Amino acid sequence: MPIDILMPALSPTMEEGKLAKWLKKEGDAVKAGDVIAEIETDKATMEVEAVDEGILAKILIADGTENVAVNTPIAVIAADGEDVSTAASGAGKSEKPAASQPQAAESAPPAATGEAPKTAEAPKAESAAAHPPVPAQAKAYDASSEFPAGAEIVHMTMREALRDAMAEEMRRDGDVFVMGEEVAEYQGAYKVTQGLLQEFGPKRVIDTPITEHGFAGIGVGAALTGLKPIVEFMTFNFAMQAIDQIINSAAKTLYMSGGQMGCPIVFRGPNGAAARVAAQHSHDYAAWYSNVPGLKVVMPYTAADAKGLLKSAIRDPNPVIFLENEILYGRSFDVPRGDDFLVPIGKARVARPGTDVTIVSFGIGMTYALGAAEALAKEGIEAEVIDLRTIRPMDIETVIASVQKTNRCVAVEEGFPQSGVTAEIGMRIMEAAFDYLDAPVARVTGKDVPMPYAANLEKLALPNIGEVVAAAKAVCYR
Amino acid sequence: MAIAARKTKAPAQPKTAAKGAAKSNSAKSGADKPLSNMPTFSKEEELHAYHEMLLIRRFEEKAGQMYGMGLIGGFCHLYIGQEAVVVGMQMASKEGDKVITGYRDHGHMLACGMESRGVMAELTGRRGGLSKGKGGSMHMFSREKHFYGGHGIVGAQVSLGTGLGFANWYRGDNTVSLTYFGDGAANQGQVYESFNMAQLWKLPVVFVIENNRYAMGTAVNRASAQTDFSKRGLSFGIPGEQVDGMDVRAVRDAAERAIEHARSGKGPYILEMQTYRYRGHSMSDPAKYRSKDEVQRMREEHDPIEQVRGRLTRDFKIGEDELKAIDAKVREIVNDAAEFATHDPEPDVSELWTDITLEKARA
Repeated sequence: MPIDILMPALSPTMEEGKLAKWLKKEGDAVKAGDVIAEIETDKATMEVEAVDEGILAKILIADGTENVAVNTPIAVIAADGEDVSTAASGAGKSEKPAASQPQAAESAPPAATGEAPKTAEAPKAESAAAHPPVPAQAKAYDASSEFPAGAEIVHMTMREALRDAMAEEMRRDGDVFVMGEEVAEYQGAYKVTQGLLQEFGPKRVIDTPITEHGFAGIGVGAALTGLKPIVEFMTFNFAMQAIDQIINSAAKTLYMSGGQMGCPIVFRGPNGAAARVAAQHSHDYAAWYSNVPGLKVVMPYTAADAKGLLKSAIRDPNPVIFLENEILYGRSFDVPRGDDFLVPIGKARVARPGTDVTIVSFGIGMTYALGAAEALAKEGIEAEVIDLRTIRPMDIETVIASVQKTNRCVAVEEGFPQSGVTAEIGMRIMEAAFDYLDAPVARVTGKDVPMPYAANLEKLALPNIGEVVAAAKAVCYR
Repeated sequence: MAIAARKTKAPAQPKTAAKGAAKSNSAKSGADKPLSNMPTFSKEEELHAYHEMLLIRRFEEKAGQMYGMGLIGGFCHLYIGQEAVVVGMQMASKEGDKVITGYRDHGHMLACGMESRGVMAELTGRRGGLSKGKGGSMHMFSREKHFYGGHGIVGAQVSLGTGLGFANWYRGDNTVSLTYFGDGAANQGQVYESFNMAQLWKLPVVFVIENNRYAMGTAVNRASAQTDFSKRGLSFGIPGEQVDGMDVRAVRDAAERAIEHARSGKGPYILEMQTYRYRGHSMSDPAKYRSKDEVQRMREEHDPIEQVRGRLTRDFKIGEDELKAIDAKVREIVNDAAEFATHDPEPDVSELWTDITLEKARA
């Protein structure tokens, strides 16, 4: 059968072009790879190579023709053994192949929310990737049963809890290993990995050079094969060097592989402001990572949550960003003893019940939230404090359940205000519980400035209990 | 006897590159074969290489054509001209060895034995594509064939590939990681971070630098202070070789040495494959940064497929009919893939929301 040569598209956006010049003439033999013509677009002159072999039976579009639409037949090739004149007479009659139909657009979910559609005929997500809808009457997650019944309660620091979580999971699964700067012989820059080298040896507790980009990539590569790395960043500020591997490689590969390539990896380390370390060592990245589909983002406040969530993160088949806080490392909390204690990722915890206003926070922001609740109680305002614990996927239902009760909300974080986690919380409340609000949602955040070094300025740049109290009173109109 | 890096007969590189191209570096390769003449292939090996390279060539030509017809969108980077590199490497690797590369990846996937239908249908964004149409030209993977992508961020695959080598080392499974990247990616910082750790920990990684002379439109000598890429691991003590990447025999020969070095626990090895891409960087690149003569000369004098074809005719007396039969078989595979990729439906709209996170760990 004679073969039509079609006007080719030379870029994703080209619709037409000029057939500048034929380099072969009718009757010429054509081999695959031969340049047969030149096409001019608004950007460049490109060569057209033959794909099929045979004799150029007929040229349908002459040299110099402008505005030739893509996919217009421009010539006919008679295949080996075919009659050239027959081929030429049947020219240009081949059917145009079906190009991509934009069928997806018609039934695409509503773009406004970026969430999974909620209608009955909507496609159902097989893995809970998108936010599940919040029911009309939201129900708070009950975290009170997370501590195993009868378990001995130990008072321990966040640092010890994190170490125990890693040690337990490494005992449980030989595929789990820890890598990072100073994690082994130095016993951890913040002593979080203390004792792990002694128990698990240098093959599973690996000191890396100072080379975040490289070792993050090595960790992701190892995870793609099914190993379960825990990659420690000395601080998440340094993970900026590695963020390409975290986002482009770890978070997106499952989707880009059509579900074939999971990436079970935990990136952990201190995040946010410590004390007097200035702008390059004080950044809170919760909002950054929470913006990325494919990642889970966890930011615990208590030692028990840190332990239970880190164990869950290590067992999770997805990349998890585990944001710790240097100031919290030394704080002690009650933690249940035993290997079975897990805290589910994606569930908030009601840290203090109340009726008058909801205060939502996470990580070290909880110190301001709880401090404010105590101060407010003295003034007769009972605040309900919710610890999100996981930023992504966010347990907004527990927040909504509280707001439906209190009708007021203050969201608190140490991060910057614009596009922050508290901005997201406010928006989600407005989407799901607008009619329940008696006041606009308020937020207390870090100030919109790089973190200053001077003690007085640093204090001003961070949120404080007084600001949370003031915001809570404002939404209570008191 | 330890032989330092060596140079097989390679096509002439641009002036500045050739000047710096030393025959050896001080790193020890651990290879114990003496400098030899060009290794020879058996008839079966020549036929195998011919078939594999021709499949890639015809597949890529077809992909270019389908791009022109609007069936393939976005970016599409063709491997035409570089076929001998991946085919020669695969001839030296064994089952279980892992492969990873950048965005010019169609050839690698075919050489790894991934289905041509699945590759082409991914190019057209259809449900039968290897990534269900969600990855496209630059992002395909196969656990079964140990192919780890398909990566669009230049240089990122080098650290990832080192991680594959790390996993091999961690598991002690005696496999190696074949990590491909171009002369352009070779200037990325994470490449050297990876070299450092690979050698520090003696990871079984073969770094295959496909030097096709142009990083997009920038000639090697305009972007690289050291254009002898086999020397790029020198300061880490990683041995390297320059290889005529247009001659599949030279590629396999060097690959055997490099893979043996990595597999035996001696650490990484660098192979600079001196090769050439006939087409532009991507479909919309008219390649004005080089002369037509240069391209023409490479095609006429160094074409990897014509070299094999010549030897098959001359040395093994394979007749034109037999070669034509191979051509026809390859064309049939490619046409079948194109046909499938043209008519396979687009992904179901529900696929938008799948594969974002995994619910449960795989068994």
